[in-house]
Amino acid sequence: MSTASAAERPGPGAVGADAGNGAAGAPRRSIASRVVSRVGGGAVQVVLVLVALFWLVPTFGLLVASLRSNEDNAAGGWWQVFTEPSQLTVESYSALLDKPDFVDSFWNTVLITVPSTLLVVVIAALAAYAFAWLEFPGRDWLFLLVVALLVVPVQVALIPVAKLYGKIEFGGFQMFGSITGVVLFHVAFGLPFAIFLLRNFFAGIPRDLLEAARMDGGTEWTIFRRVVFPLGGPAIASLGIFQFLWVWNDLLVALVFADTESQPMTKWLQSQMRQFTGNIDILAPGAFLSLVVPLAVFFAFQRYFVQGVLAGSVK
Amino acid sequence: MAEVVLEGVGKVYSDGTRAVRDLNLSIADGEFLVLVGPSGCGKTTALRMVAGLEDISEGRVLIGDRVVNRVPARDRDVAMVFQSYALYPHLSVRDNIGFGLSLRKLPKDQIRAKVEHAAQILGLTEYLDRKPRNLSGGQRQRVAMGRAIVREPQAFLMDEPLSNLDAKLRVQMRAEIARIQRDLGVTTIYVTHDQTEAMTLGDRVAVMKKGVLQQVAPPQELYDRPANLFVAGFIGSPAMNLLQARLDRDGDDGGLRLEVGGQTLPVPARVLDERPALRAHLGRDVVVGIRPEDMEDAELAGSGGGEAGGTLRSTADLVEAMGSDVLVHFAVEAAQVVTEDTKELARDAGTDVLGALEAPRTDLVARFSPRTRVKVGDPVVVHVDTGRLHFFDIDTGAALWEAPAASGDQEG
Repeated sequence: MSTASAAERPGPGAVGADAGNGAAGAPRRSIASRVVSRVGGGAVQVVLVLVALFWLVPTFGLLVASLRSNEDNAAGGWWQVFTEPSQLTVESYSALLDKPDFVDSFWNTVLITVPSTLLVVVIAALAAYAFAWLEFPGRDWLFLLVVALLVVPVQVALIPVAKLYGKIEFGGFQMFGSITGVVLFHVAFGLPFAIFLLRNFFAGIPRDLLEAARMDGGTEWTIFRRVVFPLGGPAIASLGIFQFLWVWNDLLVALVFADTESQPMTKWLQSQMRQFTGNIDILAPGAFLSLVVPLAVFFAFQRYFVQGVLAGSVK
Repeated sequence: MAEVVLEGVGKVYSDGTRAVRDLNLSIADGEFLVLVGPSGCGKTTALRMVAGLEDISEGRVLIGDRVVNRVPARDRDVAMVFQSYALYPHLSVRDNIGFGLSLRKLPKDQIRAKVEHAAQILGLTEYLDRKPRNLSGGQRQRVAMGRAIVREPQAFLMDEPLSNLDAKLRVQMRAEIARIQRDLGVTTIYVTHDQTEAMTLGDRVAVMKKGVLQQVAPPQELYDRPANLFVAGFIGSPAMNLLQARLDRDGDDGGLRLEVGGQTLPVPARVLDERPALRAHLGRDVVVGIRPEDMEDAELAGSGGGEAGGTLRSTADLVEAMGSDVLVHFAVEAAQVVTEDTKELARDAGTDVLGALEAPRTDLVARFSPRTRVKVGDPVVVHVDTGRLHFFDIDTGAALWEAPAASGDQEG
C-alpha cells in the first residue's frame, strides 16, 4: 500500500516544480501509470496485494509469536498457530506490562520522541520560511552550510558531544545520561534535512500568494502561520513522520547518551536480548508494542498527504 | 478612497537595470487610470512600487497625502488583484474574501456581513463554501476581486487581472470591473498590455515604453492625438499605418501634396494651420500615419467622399472579411519607418523588424466597408482621408503639432 501511494503522490519537489512552470502542460506519465495501462489494472492490483502480504509476513509472525507462550515458541515456529489456535494467549503481554522497567522505557521513548519531532518541525519550518522568503545578508551561504551539514554522519559526533555533555552540569542536573541530552542530539541531527526539505517545499509556493497575504495586511508571522504553514501540510506531515520514526527506532544515540533511568524501549529491549538469549516472550511483545505506536502515528498523519494542495490558487 | 500621486518615481535594480525612469502621475480620487505598454516597459514595476511590494529607488509615492515610500505594503491600505489571482488554496471562498478583514481583527459577524455583501455584488453567494480549486477561471477572478472590494481600501491596484481568462469571459469581466469600479468609486490603477482593455476601461490611459512614460490622456485623445510614433503605433487595432513620405507645397493656394512612393496625395491647407510645426518639415521626409479606418475603397467613397482626399493605387495582397468591415492589405512604394519606436512595437507584436529591403515598400492595412467587392490579387484604388493624416518627426518620432519648442516634452 505504501508503495502505491508513494508512486501517485508527487513529492515536495514535484509540487514546487509544478507551481513554477504551470504552463508546461500535462506532466509526463509516470512509469506506474504506463505499466498499469499495459498490463491492465486488475493484474497489477493482484501483484501489489501479493507483494504487500509478503512484506507483512515477518510482522505478522512477530505478532503471532508474541501471542504464544515461551514453551510453544521454543517447540516450533509461529505458523503452528494455524493448526492449533488454542496456543494464543495474552500472557506475555500482561507479564511484560507488569515490568516497571519496560513501562518506564516506553514512557522514556515517548518523552524523547515527541519533543524531538515537534522541535524539529517547528524550528525547521521557521528556518525554512526565512531561507525561502526573507531577504537577509548571507542567506544563501547559510543555507549552503545547512545543506553541507547533511553529509555529517551521526557517528563522528558521538564522542565529542558525549565529552561536551559530560561538562554540562548544574544544580544536580547532568546533561550526560539525561533525556534532554538525547532530545537535543536528535534535534541537532534532524534539523539539516528538515530545513532542506521544507525550504524547497516553501520555495515552491507561488510568490503571488505571499504578496497577496502581505497586501491583505499580513505580517511575516501571520503569513507564515496562516498561509505557508497550512500549505506546507504535506511536507510537514512527511517530515514529522520521518523524524518520529527515526527517533522512535533509534538505538545508537540512546546507547551512547541515555543511562538506565532515561533509556528508551530500544535500549531496554536490546539489554534484554543480551542477558537471556531465548526470552522471546519478552522480545516479541516488546518489539510489537514499539511498532504499534509509529504505525498509529503514520495512519493519523496520512490524511495530510493530500494531492495537489496548491490547486486553484494561481492561474 | 484617495488620490494617488507618483512624483519622479524611478526603479533601479541592484544589478543596475533601470525599470522605471522619472515617472510622474497623479491619479485623482475615484479615477480609473490604466497603465499600458508592451511587456517589460515597467508598468508592473510601477504598480508594485505603489503597492509596496517593490522598493522605491527614486522619487515619492503619495496615497491620500501620505508619503508611503517607507510604509510596508500591509499598512498602505491598498488592495491588489493579481494576474494569477493568488487565492489561498486551503481556504474556502468565504475565508479567502474575508482573509484581510480577519487579519485586521474585525468581529466575526461583521466579517460575515461584509463578505456576503461582496459576494452578492460579484454573484458568488452560492460558491462561498467552495475551495478555489473547484471554481472556474472566471469565478476565481471574481473571488480575487472580492478580496479587494471587501476591504474598502484607498485604492485598487490591478495587475493584468483578465489576462488568464479566455476571450469571451475577458470581455464580460471587463464590463464587470468597469461597473464595480464606477459603483464603488475607488481610485484604481490598472496594468495591462492589451490596448483594447486600456481604451475601454480607463478614464485616462498612461502609455509606457522602456520605463518611460510616453503620454497620459483620456482614451479618445490618445487615439486622436498620439504624442509620438510609439503611442500612435501602440494604440489602435489594427495599428496605424506608418510610412515615410515627402510633404511639399502644391501650387500657390496654400495646398500641400504628399509624395508616397511614386504617387501623390493632395493634403488640405488647414492641416498646416492645425500643425504649425509641419512648416519646418516642408520639402523633407516625414513619417505619415494613416489610421486603417481613414482609408476606403474609392469606388464606395466616391472620388470626393471625404472633405479632402486622394487615392492610392495598389494590389490587394490579402483581404480579411470581419463581417462588420473588411481589412485589405496592400503595399505602396514608400520607405518603411524604422526607428527605435517601430522596433519596439514590432518586438511587442512578435514580428521581426524587416531588414533593409531592396526596393522601398511598406505594407498598409485599410478598413473597407463590407460592401467592397475587392478580392485578393485585384487592383485596388484606395481613397485616403488626407485631412486626418498624422505626421511625426522622422528623427525624434514626436508628433508634429505645435511649434517645435513645445514638442520636446516626452521623448527621452
